[in-house]
Amino acid sequence: MTSPIHDTSLEGLARGWRVTDASTLKANQNLECDVVIVGSGAGGGMAAESLARRGLSVVLIEEGGLLGASRFKMVEALAYPELYQESAGRQTADKAITILQGRTVGGSTTVNWTSSFRTPATTLAWWRDAHGLAGLTDAEMAPWFAQVEARLAIDTWAMPPNPNNSVLEKGCAALGLSSARMRRNVKGCWNLGYCGMGCPTNAKQSMLVTTIPAALDAGAHLLTRARAERLLLQGRRVAGVILAALGADGIRPSGQTLTVRAREVVLAAGAIGTPAILLRSGAADASAQTGKRTFLHPVVLSGAVMNEEIRPWQGAPQTVYSDEFLHRWPLAERVGYKLEVPPIHPVLLGTTLTGFGSAHRGQMRQMPNLNVMLALTRDGFHPESTGGQVKLRGDGSPLLDYPLTAPLWDAFRHAWLTMAELQFAAGAQSVLTVHEDAAPARTLAEAHAQLQALPDEVLRARVVSAHVMGGAAMGKDEQSGVVDAHGRHWQYDNLTVVDGSVFPTSIGANPQVSVYAFAARSTDALGKRLA
Amino acid sequence: MRADRRRFIQAGLVGSLLLAGAAWLARPDATSPALLGGTRFVNAQDAPMLAALAVPMLGLELTAGQREAVVRGVDAAVAGMPLAIQAEVRQLFDLIGSDWGRRYLALVKPAWGEASAAEVAAFLERWRTAPIALLRAGYQALHALINAAWYGQAASHAAIGYARPEFARRLFE
Ligand SMILES: Cc1cc2nc3c(=O)[nH]c(=O)nc-3n(C[C@H](O)[C@H](O)[C@H](O)COP(=O)(O)OP(=O)(O)OC[C@H]3O[C@@H](n4cnc5c(N)ncnc54)[C@H](O)[C@@H]3O)c2cc1C
Ligand code: SF4
Repeated sequence: MTSPIHDTSLEGLARGWRVTDASTLKANQNLECDVVIVGSGAGGGMAAESLARRGLSVVLIEEGGLLGASRFKMVEALAYPELYQESAGRQTADKAITILQGRTVGGSTTVNWTSSFRTPATTLAWWRDAHGLAGLTDAEMAPWFAQVEARLAIDTWAMPPNPNNSVLEKGCAALGLSSARMRRNVKGCWNLGYCGMGCPTNAKQSMLVTTIPAALDAGAHLLTRARAERLLLQGRRVAGVILAALGADGIRPSGQTLTVRAREVVLAAGAIGTPAILLRSGAADASAQTGKRTFLHPVVLSGAVMNEEIRPWQGAPQTVYSDEFLHRWPLAERVGYKLEVPPIHPVLLGTTLTGFGSAHRGQMRQMPNLNVMLALTRDGFHPESTGGQVKLRGDGSPLLDYPLTAPLWDAFRHAWLTMAELQFAAGAQSVLTVHEDAAPARTLAEAHAQLQALPDEVLRARVVSAHVMGGAAMGKDEQSGVVDAHGRHWQYDNLTVVDGSVFPTSIGANPQVSVYAFAARSTDALGKRLA
Repeated sequence: MRADRRRFIQAGLVGSLLLAGAAWLARPDATSPALLGGTRFVNAQDAPMLAALAVPMLGLELTAGQREAVVRGVDAAVAGMPLAIQAEVRQLFDLIGSDWGRRYLALVKPAWGEASAAEVAAFLERWRTAPIALLRAGYQALHALINAAWYGQAASHAAIGYARPEFARRLFE
């Protein structure tokens, strides 16, 4: 039987979208347009729709391929190599942190978990006060949040949380901590729980099914399997972008080069990809901040075996959160964290659980009863927690160097204990801190005792992140940032950055809505300038 | 503090030695063993090592066919990585796959195909808890690759109680 679901990509191609799969090119190519956008994720998707609708000729560049609902089979072994950077195994330089990022048309939005939060007011206030971005007031940003929320059908999720999320809600209720239900960017969601493998029903309002189809319907040209290598710099202007076509494997360059010349260049290759392009190009930067202060929300995890089956892979992946420990301490004094749960699938679980052999296998067999909780730590506010730095390897590919600082370890310890308390309070039989030196604890006292002894060492504590921000940050002048508050590069008049790399700190909440809103605001300014 | 510092220097030294050894093993003129039939990355020297590691890593008895499936799963996973990462995994595999690397770094005497599960498990445990971060990174790479290779196969799912929701079957089958 064929799928009852439409494949919006195949339908668009049939309607006559201009899409070039660069891996099929047999010769070098030159293109010209009004605006070239590099990267088709949250920022690039927003920019493409807004600029194409203004009647500008737009070329959108993406390193990954164009897939659609009919290719999303809810199978990890298919999804990770096809849809993620480095097959979902991207890591920081010392391998201490595993980073999830998308690499397909729609970028990370094609695989993200749909949790939708505005930039916290405390974060905006920090950017105004500590980074001098005085214009970024709540009143200034509110209409942009409202606009992107309307565009992406962002609303409170009305269905009951799945039991994996309920553990967090119950735990908070039992301990008298605050928790709340999330908003999600979905329309007619089937509550499947497979958002991380590409939504098979088109319910998730990712860039793949919203802004990118709109841009292509308006005449934009999409180049897939094309990697932006460097910018063509000429004085204060960028004349265009040089791209390497990738081969059929999507990894090795095929040897063909594409040159796209444009009046305006927009970078949206994500917070590792964009700084890497700037660095490869040798772009001028009076602040010397390119690639620096690149942030994750370093995440630590706690597993719990519940008495009843909770089948944590089923149902909308993230629907409950707690900000109890996000706002508890002054921003510069102690690193706060946001509590959520992740979806759990066999490959994610097998690779994330610590230990090996029968102990690991025993935990895998308890998968139907397993709850996992996570703490997203808010990096970039404490004076000693200044994030990581994007560097280039010898072959020009990006590498994120990310030391885990003392304030982060302090937050990890606090979070591990909080999560154990919450899980026991919600009725867990046993709790496992996801750290190589921990073992399942039957009581909170036992968990507490274990935590005291756990070493603060990388590659013992499991640390992951799906949120990458910063590296080409907004600053009030050319000394303090790479771009201005509308994403315009301080050194190049026709270069704008519209992805997660413009944030001066981590967001302190799942970042997609922040990326959408800032991209919408920056491309609106750009469009008006071009009009 | 001093002990820490000494440990750091030692770790740095051993780390550089390891890297030098790995670079030597992976030198471009070295003749590398042939790929297996149908693989893009895993070669004839890697395969018995990965098969030997899979059993104690996963905590499972595996048939020859299942071991082969893990080896092919690792191949698929590495082949999907950027070339810089593939080169690092090549160094790791060449290092512990070589006779001297297996003996003097993994501290496993018999050839991988002949080592007992207990000997292999002891190696995994040494590297998992090693004071040198580079060795822990090596262990974690093996852990991730072998687990992804095994739990990425639908055949492994029933035993851990995992199944895609019922209506997914209607969508795809
Ligand atoms: C598994 C997962 C779950 C997540 N869940 C949530 C969530 O629930 N809620 C939330 O708010 N956020 C979530 N996020 C994060 C969110 O999706 C990202 O923060 C957001 O998409 C970032 O937008 P961006 O435009 O900066 O980059 P991306 O969306 O990552 O897009 C960048 C694109 O640029 C492409 N690219 C990179 N380099 C080049 C190059 N040189 N040439 C051509 N193309 C290039 C990449 O392939 C990619 O497609 C999740 C992310 C992941 C991976
Ligand atoms: S939970 Fe909803 S949005 Fe996520 S994959 Fe399933 S149908 Fe799509």
